[in-house]
Amino acid sequence: MFRTAGMRNLFMTPFCLWAGIFIFVPLFCMAWYAFTDESGFFTLENFTLAFDRPYFKALMLSVALALASTIICLILAYPLCLILTDKARDLSTIVSLLFILPLWMNSLLLTMAWQTILEKNGILNQMLRYFSLPDANLINTPTAIIIGMVYNFLPYMVLPLYVSLSKIDKRIIEAARDLGASYMQTFWKVILPLSLPGAVSGITMVFIPALTTFVISALLGGGKLLLIGNVIEQEFVAGYNWHWGAGLSMILMIFIVVNMAVTAFFDTSHEEVEEK
Amino acid sequence: MINRLKMIYLAAIFLFLYAPIGILIAQSFNESRYRGHWTGFTFKWYESLFENENIFEALSNTVSIGFFSALIATIFALITCIALREFGKKRRAVFMSVANIPILNADIVTGISLMLLFIGAGLRLGYETILIAHIVFNIPYVMLCIMPQLVSLDKSFYEAALDLGASPFQAFTKVILPEMRPSIFAGFLLAFTMSADDFIITYFTKGAGVDTLPTEIYSELKLGIHPEMYALSTLVFFFVLIFVVLFAMTRKHLADKEVF
Amino acid sequence: MKSKKIFAACILIFALTLTGCMSSAEEEESDNVVYVYSWGDYLDPEVLDKFEEETGIHVILDEFDTNETMYPRVAEGAVHYDVICPSDYMVQKMIANNLLQPLNFNLLPNATENIGEDFFRQAQSFDPENQFAVPYCWGTVGIMYDTTRVDEIPDSWTVLWDEKYNDEILMQDSARDALMVPLKILGKSMNETDKQTLNIARDMLIKQKPLVQAYVVDEVKDKLISGEAIMGVVFSGEALQIMLANPNYDFVVPREGTNFWIDSWVITRDAENIENAHKFIDFMCRPDIAVINFDYLGYSTPNIAVQELEEDEEIRESPIAFPDHRIYDGQETYKYLGNSMDRYYNNLWMQVKVE
Repeated sequence: MFRTAGMRNLFMTPFCLWAGIFIFVPLFCMAWYAFTDESGFFTLENFTLAFDRPYFKALMLSVALALASTIICLILAYPLCLILTDKARDLSTIVSLLFILPLWMNSLLLTMAWQTILEKNGILNQMLRYFSLPDANLINTPTAIIIGMVYNFLPYMVLPLYVSLSKIDKRIIEAARDLGASYMQTFWKVILPLSLPGAVSGITMVFIPALTTFVISALLGGGKLLLIGNVIEQEFVAGYNWHWGAGLSMILMIFIVVNMAVTAFFDTSHEEVEEK
Repeated sequence: MINRLKMIYLAAIFLFLYAPIGILIAQSFNESRYRGHWTGFTFKWYESLFENENIFEALSNTVSIGFFSALIATIFALITCIALREFGKKRRAVFMSVANIPILNADIVTGISLMLLFIGAGLRLGYETILIAHIVFNIPYVMLCIMPQLVSLDKSFYEAALDLGASPFQAFTKVILPEMRPSIFAGFLLAFTMSADDFIITYFTKGAGVDTLPTEIYSELKLGIHPEMYALSTLVFFFVLIFVVLFAMTRKHLADKEVF
Repeated sequence: MKSKKIFAACILIFALTLTGCMSSAEEEESDNVVYVYSWGDYLDPEVLDKFEEETGIHVILDEFDTNETMYPRVAEGAVHYDVICPSDYMVQKMIANNLLQPLNFNLLPNATENIGEDFFRQAQSFDPENQFAVPYCWGTVGIMYDTTRVDEIPDSWTVLWDEKYNDEILMQDSARDALMVPLKILGKSMNETDKQTLNIARDMLIKQKPLVQAYVVDEVKDKLISGEAIMGVVFSGEALQIMLANPNYDFVVPREGTNFWIDSWVITRDAENIENAHKFIDFMCRPDIAVINFDYLGYSTPNIAVQELEEDEEIRESPIAFPDHRIYDGQETYKYLGNSMDRYYNNLWMQVKVE
């Protein structure tokens, strides 16, 4: 669109300045805190801290819960997206709009509503009692937190998956069926590989926020389950050791970098397929 | 049989998604100030909602921060994407991944690192710092919406306009912008939504007396939410529902037209 | 058609934005403000309105839920507050870290006149020369229990370890308040600095954890009123509020002893509206205002003029609302134990929470 490279670079400068000030400098600030102790000397202690028992336990619990909710989101999202792409076009617009609608509601209030549903004398237990069934003891357990995570992050799995599934040429699926593949075979051999990029970006978009949330665990965990997000928040907001908090945040970034690498890998391999 | 299974599955998912919303709506009519303690049906929270200055101020902060951060981020993203279009695939990918750092990073990391920047720079946390933080994480969302359409845009129209004597600016506003309108609008809307619902980043970058709806709600969570908040959410829900239905209808309308 | 609608929507959003800007612009124009940082739900909104009406000073109020979350925001100086309402040991910590400025009592006639001398004397435990703090509320910590589901009066902290009440117990979610309970059972001071004793207290809390339904701060009110738990550790002021909303509950101060706390108004070192800050504090000590606040809060007040002005006879005679504070002679108040001990307490609490 530009006649000269100079013009192009001129258009790029605002972004480069912006990225410098508001992306790299903040990360540098974080790193500075992470690599120093309170008197300002270089230290690695803030990182080894993560292997101290309480921190390590919180980290492992976070990873476990985030993994579980990511897998559940994936399992719930695949059939849903397949049904949505299958439906007649105008119907599927409405259904997907209905699906996006809860995103406009405040997620804190909705998570709070889950507390009202799951608590001891909550809606769920009142319904169970009405049918004379035993109480479900869910609130303040890992299960409650997983429910909250799935609820909050399911749309982030569905949207990219839906996009990549709707891009698949229907004729390819029909061809597979015509050539005698069963429904399951078609899914495993055709649909799944073709929708993999969508699934991968969905996994990223669910796993990272689930790993680092401190709100869901605070509301549905009753303060009894400490995730790494809660620990970091406490260090900054209450415990007042910003160096520890920064060190733990940097450790979280390792997960994020790994995630980016995986996504990039799938992105490029996908493009190669397209080019062929 | 399979069709019925599909319908049941859809219904189950929608029940899961809408159950909490139903609860919010029910609570907005609950006489008791306390959650989970049903004492009777009332409209009083809707009346007091309009007298509640706290909520009104948080709402107007949310809307204004959402609007301005989305607007600025959209302009920023548009300029950047136009420039990026001219780079090779590899370099473009590098720039894109840099731009995506604020949203790929955990919210808590983005929020805290911005807070450290603001404090280090001696800025006083307040409305402006929230606005800047929201622009930071909104730019990549808008870029993600705009970039694919811009890349696939046919360059020859633009060049034809230039050949026919249009200035580059004219060619841009008359040819490129109209083409790009859907994705720009989608980007703006996405940015607005993200800004309006963001809690974590706002929580770390906000200052005294400045609250958005999410931070206001968070501070109320522990004390027991004021039921006016439920009333507001109910209104927002129906407002968005009507908007969505209208949107779907006009889209269908347009789609029907295009067929002919 | 479609673009028109989008246009209309944009106009709507823009209009809302403008009103938002105008309202915030108004605030910034008037320099006549005071930044107040107080506990959640600790001031009657009506009192704030009155203050604004009478003085023309705009109050910008922020709320915190524990002393620990308040401290870093003030210490880091990213947010400038004028008036804060910390508890005893936190006042001491802020004095020690040079974050407060001495008050000018000439500007606080209502405080000198109406705040009981006993309370200023009590405040000397954290503010030795009564230079920095004006007491605002005081109280104790005790057990709130559902009388319909508990047979005997649980007047000992050990009831919180009773397996009968599995999943029916609410504990406070802050290091000092949580560790106070086992320390009192052990017959130790709540300002214990012996690490071995503290570790024993931690182990007791870990042992208790399976019985605990949740660790809570202000949510405790919500949860007890809706009957979620049989008993919880609450502050005396909250107790009155809970009893008014749900008469099944009663409040008891355990016999092992408890925390006698005083929350006080202080002015920060970096305050920019010092005069307004004094006006605000003095206003809060005015008897007619203190009564309104007291009726709203239910926390015991050091303002000796309040009891006479209280209209509701039942509350006026209530020993929970107006206890004779001398019965709490000998009860301990938290003290600031130094940064490293603070950190040790926080770390112990974290160890309990991850188990």
